[in-house]
Amino acid sequence: MSAPSQTSEIAAPAATAAQFVPALRTAAAAALVAFCLAFPIITYHAESNVNNELVLIGRWPLAFGIAAIVFAFVFLRQMARADWRIWFDRVGSIAAGGMGGALVQAAREGEGTAPPSAARVAFGRYIGPFMLGLVILFPLIALGLLGPGGSLKWINNYGVQILIYVMLGWGLNIVVGLAGLLDLGYVAFYAVGAYSYALLSTTFGLSFWICLPLAGLLAAMWGVILGFPVLRLRGDYLAIVTLAFGEIIRMVLINWVDLTNGYAGISGIPHVSFFGIPFTDDDDGFAAIFHLPYTPIYRTIFLFYLILALALLTNFVTVRLRRLPIGRAWEALREDEIACRSLGINTTTTKLTAFSLGAMFGGFAGSFFAVRQGFVSPESFTFIESATILAIVVLGGMGSQLGVAIAAAAMIGIPELMRELDWMKRIFGEDFDPTQYRMLLFGAAMVIMMIWKPRGLVSTRLPSVFLKEQKAVSGDLVKEGHG
Amino acid sequence: MDNFLQQLINGLTLGSIYGLIAIGYTMVFGIIGMVNFAHGDVFMLSAFIALILFMILTQILHLGSLPIAFVVVLVGAMALTALWNWAIERLAYRPLRGSFRLAPLISAIGMSIFLSNFVQVVQGPRNKPAPQLPNHVFNISGDVTLSVRQILIVIVTVVLLAGFWYLVKFTSLGRAQRACEQDRKMAALLGIDVDATISITFVIGAALAAVAGVMFVIYYGVVNFSDGFVPGVKAFTAAVLGGIGSLPGAVLGGLLIGLIEVFWSSYFTTDYKDVAAFMILAITLIFMPSGILGRPEVEKV
Repeated sequence: MSAPSQTSEIAAPAATAAQFVPALRTAAAAALVAFCLAFPIITYHAESNVNNELVLIGRWPLAFGIAAIVFAFVFLRQMARADWRIWFDRVGSIAAGGMGGALVQAAREGEGTAPPSAARVAFGRYIGPFMLGLVILFPLIALGLLGPGGSLKWINNYGVQILIYVMLGWGLNIVVGLAGLLDLGYVAFYAVGAYSYALLSTTFGLSFWICLPLAGLLAAMWGVILGFPVLRLRGDYLAIVTLAFGEIIRMVLINWVDLTNGYAGISGIPHVSFFGIPFTDDDDGFAAIFHLPYTPIYRTIFLFYLILALALLTNFVTVRLRRLPIGRAWEALREDEIACRSLGINTTTTKLTAFSLGAMFGGFAGSFFAVRQGFVSPESFTFIESATILAIVVLGGMGSQLGVAIAAAAMIGIPELMRELDWMKRIFGEDFDPTQYRMLLFGAAMVIMMIWKPRGLVSTRLPSVFLKEQKAVSGDLVKEGHG
Repeated sequence: MDNFLQQLINGLTLGSIYGLIAIGYTMVFGIIGMVNFAHGDVFMLSAFIALILFMILTQILHLGSLPIAFVVVLVGAMALTALWNWAIERLAYRPLRGSFRLAPLISAIGMSIFLSNFVQVVQGPRNKPAPQLPNHVFNISGDVTLSVRQILIVIVTVVLLAGFWYLVKFTSLGRAQRACEQDRKMAALLGIDVDATISITFVIGAALAAVAGVMFVIYYGVVNFSDGFVPGVKAFTAAVLGGIGSLPGAVLGGLLIGLIEVFWSSYFTTDYKDVAAFMILAITLIFMPSGILGRPEVEKV
């Protein structure tokens, strides 16, 4: 029942006439299917006219173009030698998905069960600290290269944004990657954290450092409340119920207007201050006290280091907990729940701690989100967010901290980069707006990444408990997501 | 009493649409044990295909007869949506067969995001109003009304379900499908083409979702690219409520969800009607995971 993998077919010597006809036939069939799929959803664009009546606008050339591209691609792929086909598949996937093929290729090298070579061991040991150093220096490098005005966008849109998702990914990793509980409603805890922070700070005027732990605690409490009823569920069922809880929380946020202000959200959340010193233009502001010229970049840089610290805290706690009995119980639970129960592990408390700890870090990230935006509304906590975070965890290799960080950078950074593609307007005309393809390509990339690497970028495991030496375990030997 | 009867009629109409979508979920889950997350978006896509097909017939081919147009749109939308779902299964799910369990789910979520954004890109983000159709309304006792559309929806649903039930129960195709559901490896050893059977399951599910899509356009008269998610989740709720893997269960669950939603909106508040559906989903899964007509899952060591 394994997938029919065309890439493993026996290599044909060279393109011959005997190969030509079947290739032509396959390509024609594929083009025909593509054309039928394009009809009528692409061939006709239904548009409202001034009377709000729909009129059809024909777009046949586009459909023919798509069919021609599919024909050419399938034909060339069929004619190519077997060892080239794999490259065809890759090129096609990159063209369709726009994800970093090189990144995947690089991660691909580090696969397998063979004992790791010395170079790989060194790589594995130093890549983490190296990347951490790079991230710590990132705002300073950006500031040095682009100046305060130019670097603001890079630090905010890329640095802070990616780090929020790294933190969310690490938080969810406790639930999904370590405990093996598939959670599709993680964004609920992010929302609880953000709204707790917003309400506490706007109603009671509490400062960031008081609101942050409170919001984390509230999120953890909700983790227990929502986790308790679903303890018996496994796998896909658990995923769907958590999805339902996530949606319920969002709908309550929308409909409970007295408390949450509905769709309008809560605005006017106080900005973050540097341990009491505000980042303002005033005489007692950050810039004046440290005798610096005032720019808004200081606040962004402070936010960057704040979220970095929070993310590293998440990572530190996770890595440490993995070595404690509770962390080992999580991983044992992921591997086999029945065996766990037979060995006397309390599965109830084990699952609940995973849920509440993951929720707590989600709550921290939510507080940070609230203080960074100064505004929260239910629109920020849709199902797409949960799916994105889960995709980051799965893509990162479920349980691999470094993999999650790389996946977050790719999943958030690359769609963000697509906003920069204004030069494409020169090729495709002024109407072409690359940003509207962001989510389209995001969805396609999720599918393609799963087909390429269902085990994620870093699928090799280093067991946390070992007798003599730590041996890498291939991800294929690990089963997770069974509930 | 009048209100109750009226809501009952509305609920059954809405429930028929949910039931048709729910069959796609329940069959796919039964045969490959996967929650086909993109099914709601396939339904939305079919509604768009139906709308555009109808406009081609009336605006470009100037077809005057509405019944003929209806039949052509229904058959055309079923065929084209089935082809879409076949292609989706072939490209996004088949390569992941035998992979670990989360992979197809993530792939399906990606496909769901892809489909809704694909429709947004090619057809625009705004609501598409369907052309106004004549809709005769009958007045049964007092204020209770029954429209031609509602009769049409229920009749088409019943006829198609009967045909589908025959297909699964009495044809060799249906037997192959049920065999694959029970034990895929054994079915393969006995000479059943498992891949083809799974493909056909997706094709049938999509065709029924397309019927629901056509009904949706007729009933609501408007469709949007984001209309796939919530009906999709509700239909999945219906499938779970009826007992996932059970075909009569899916229809029963669909009708129940439709009735609950309509009565909830009528007697309580419309604000929380989606919350009601999600709560039912959660409560069913927690207290009655095998649903009304489903078989309980046996835990094997």
